[in-house]
Amino acid sequence: MDVGLRSELQRHGIFVTTLEELYNWGRSNSLWPLGFGLACCAIEMIAASMARYDLARFGAEVFRPSPRQADLMIVAGTVTKKMAPQVVRLYNQMAEPKYVIAMGACAISGGPFKQGYNVLKGIDRYIPVDVHIPGCPPRPEALIHALMTLQQRIAAESLVGPNRPRHLRRDQPGEFPVPEYGSHDLIPPKNESIWRPPVIVRSG
Amino acid sequence: MESTETIRLRILEAVPGALLEVVPNGAPVGQPSLLVDPEHALAVARFLRDAPGLQFDYCSNVTGVDWLDREEEEIVRDRVAETGGEKKIEEPRKRVRPGYLEVVYHLYSMALRHGPLVLRLRTGNRTDRVRLPSLTPIWRSCEFQEREVYDLFGVVFEGHPDLRRILMWEGFQDYPMRKDYVEPDDYEYEPTPHDDVWEKARRHYPAPTVGSGGETSGNPGS
Repeated sequence: MDVGLRSELQRHGIFVTTLEELYNWGRSNSLWPLGFGLACCAIEMIAASMARYDLARFGAEVFRPSPRQADLMIVAGTVTKKMAPQVVRLYNQMAEPKYVIAMGACAISGGPFKQGYNVLKGIDRYIPVDVHIPGCPPRPEALIHALMTLQQRIAAESLVGPNRPRHLRRDQPGEFPVPEYGSHDLIPPKNESIWRPPVIVRSG
Repeated sequence: MESTETIRLRILEAVPGALLEVVPNGAPVGQPSLLVDPEHALAVARFLRDAPGLQFDYCSNVTGVDWLDREEEEIVRDRVAETGGEKKIEEPRKRVRPGYLEVVYHLYSMALRHGPLVLRLRTGNRTDRVRLPSLTPIWRSCEFQEREVYDLFGVVFEGHPDLRRILMWEGFQDYPMRKDYVEPDDYEYEPTPHDDVWEKARRHYPAPTVGSGGETSGNPGS
């Protein structure tokens, strides 16, 4: 619809919208995070939900204790290899549409523990991540910024056509294989279909 | 607190046959430790906890040390018969001291407010003779820490009530804190590699061969 016509109608007290916009507006303003923290980033996540930073302004204050009721997973903290299968399993148990924010250096890459024997080098090796927040830990403002970024992405989603989101496509998986404990490492060490190591192109 | 040497003599009186050695510490703190043989470790620990004047009722810390095989050089002095008398010769000789795993206990006394006393227990070697008596029956606080030493170093504690891995999962076969642990080779790009990581970076992303022509040469990941 023409933007000028829409504002003209609004001036006369007539509000016009599309079903898609209404749907996305509702979803993006009621993101319910899964209430789980893995390390010190969880403290910042808790702070963001408290009165001072007040995540409730963005409709995301309802931390749910069950993955069945949540649609946003905030991976807040170090993902150890022992914990990784449980994180993937929780993600699989969440109902579509679902989104993931990887919060902090550890969740996006392993952070300071990257070269250790026991830390997963980024949760995006097993589940798709929508927003990465760097920081060690990121401040609550950074988490709010990530949430707003995610809201903008949801609001921009088109519900029909080839670019429609994953939960509306039958050919896209909503569940990802849970890694198993091996004798030396997790098996597999990464999900090849969603994560590949970066390729370096040298110059000169 | 009495000196470690005095404590050693008191233990020898109470636990006859115990092999004890005071290990000096060259560091500025100069905190000596007491090396205990595994056969008498439980009796020694019980004595240290109960003896009046010592009463080490709290074990604050249990940790492990991995000592690899070490080549030591010792100078052998010998006298060789020679024409017209004897001659002293000194020749360096190398010998390999076999490696072992060591468990270190730090003991304090809450009642008498003294400590720490450092106990060391050594295994026979690093492969098959890795059994040591558990001191959990004496100090309950050893339980989780001995499990951790078992998990990360592979020391098997006999008499431990619940000896399972604590940090890594059941079925994990390596002992990550041992010095010869080889971690899984899942290197990925690192912006500033250094030391061991630099070696891995070179292995995974070898430099382009000189004279190949193109400035962007190929796929380094393959």
